[in-house]
Amino acid sequence: MNLYAIKAIYMFEMARWWRTITQSIISPVVSTSLYFVVFGAAIGSRIESVEGVSYASFIVPGLIMLSLLQQSLSNASFGIYFPKFAGTIYEILSAPISHVETVIAFVGAAATKSVILALIILATATLFVDVEVQHPFAMVAFLILTALTFSMLGFIIGIWADNFEKLQLIPLLVVTPLAFLGGTFYSISMLPEGWQTVALFNPVVYLVSGFRWSFYGTADVNVWISLGMTLVFLGISLGIVTWIFKTGYRLRT
Amino acid sequence: MNIHAATATAAVSISRLDKTYDTGFEALKGVDLEIRKGEIFALLGPNGAGKTTLIGTVCGLVRPTSGEIRVGGYDVIKDFRKTRAMIGLVPQELTGDRFETVWATVKYTRGLFGKPQDDAYMEKLLRDLSLWEKRNDKLITLSGGMKRRVLIAKALSHQPQILFLDEPTAGVDVELRKDMWEVVRKLRESGVTIVLTTHYIEEAELMADRIGVISRGEIILVEDKNELMRKLGKKDLTIQLQEALETVPAPLADLGLKLANGGTELVYSYDSQSERTGIASLMAAISEEGIRVKDVSTHQSSLEEIFIGLLKDR
Repeated sequence: MNLYAIKAIYMFEMARWWRTITQSIISPVVSTSLYFVVFGAAIGSRIESVEGVSYASFIVPGLIMLSLLQQSLSNASFGIYFPKFAGTIYEILSAPISHVETVIAFVGAAATKSVILALIILATATLFVDVEVQHPFAMVAFLILTALTFSMLGFIIGIWADNFEKLQLIPLLVVTPLAFLGGTFYSISMLPEGWQTVALFNPVVYLVSGFRWSFYGTADVNVWISLGMTLVFLGISLGIVTWIFKTGYRLRT
Repeated sequence: MNIHAATATAAVSISRLDKTYDTGFEALKGVDLEIRKGEIFALLGPNGAGKTTLIGTVCGLVRPTSGEIRVGGYDVIKDFRKTRAMIGLVPQELTGDRFETVWATVKYTRGLFGKPQDDAYMEKLLRDLSLWEKRNDKLITLSGGMKRRVLIAKALSHQPQILFLDEPTAGVDVELRKDMWEVVRKLRESGVTIVLTTHYIEEAELMADRIGVISRGEIILVEDKNELMRKLGKKDLTIQLQEALETVPAPLADLGLKLANGGTELVYSYDSQSERTGIASLMAAISEEGIRVKDVSTHQSSLEEIFIGLLKDR
């Protein structure tokens, strides 16, 4: 295992993050705080509690998950897309580094950044609302698994994209709508019955539900099903990444 | 130990290498090539001949369609870790992480190639390439020539045994080009094998030990440079005259002399390798005609002329 290479890519990616601190940390924290103000304080004060939790507190796990998904995707997709765009990818392709090591480095860095950010948002949330974490280990597990899954998905998007528009396409048109419809701001049980069934086809439902369970002990779907589904998504992403490297898809000519 | 590694004498050994792109374009057709340890090998060829593809297959950027490539005796696909660790690549394009400093970007490459941090070596490398003063500068602030040096520093950051230079002096001013040649010479002296592709035939002529010519994906010639110059070299004998001539007198025209430079020069082309160059009888004939000679000079055809001649013949 080329640990020096993993470290080099990982540190390089983290350094890039610190260099763009405003864009990478401050702006997601500000936008999430705005959600708390608008949905939590302004609108939430007129909504009854959801499953025994005040609405403002109820949306905290969903908002963290929303940021986690977006940040994992954008960090990882940009991380691998930029060397392709700038032409510096030749270094990675000509280095004695295996596919597994490349993925560990890029996905590991993207996941680290989004987990750190999620924790910062969680800390910010406590300034606005009461937050309780009943199952901290489960919370951390869901954070890490989701961050890894979506960082891998971002990595795939970054390899697939051959222009900046494509880089934004899936996060904007697919993931953000799924996140909004996945129970970030409401419980699936609040939907009409038919839509509840439809919602179960949305992968984000399982992520948000499991994550919310780790906070308040209540969930739309059984926590084990959530965990199982999260692992399935991770497996699918891993499968696609393996295929990309095996075939050299969009990397090696 | 791998038997090939134990018996290897070649730095790079390529056999029956084919590369057909997805578009159906055949970039390499049955390439056989051996690069010797410690030599400077220049790969010449027109645009689109397959130079960059050939380098790409050795370095891991391009997947060969068929054939075998060994570096230091190891297969570039099965033993990619060993082969890639031996190679440094300076690409044709001036790429780089624009917002990184020189030091950070060179350090990054060393790490990628599996080497621990070594500040003393890095300092020596940057000093050798006149980059030490610029170590804290961001790449975006550097001139094209300095960026090229950074790429060379990156390629050498892991102390490779073989260095590939793809068009190393493209877009580099004359002064810097001479500096780079000096760097390449020093590297060769330290035992590094160097493979360079170039459009500047002058560069190959000046630097290379051996020359390979690639055209339409096929290696059409591999030859020791001096041997190539000797074999294919034509010499021109130019005789400057005291008084201009209007026509070449018949006995001289029969010997192949031609007028040049408004009649003030007679030019005679001959094969420098030939046993009988005919120069003695030519000079006698000139004297017989009563033509007064001011000066005589000879000119050996350059590699560029040889190269153009080779491609024309195909």
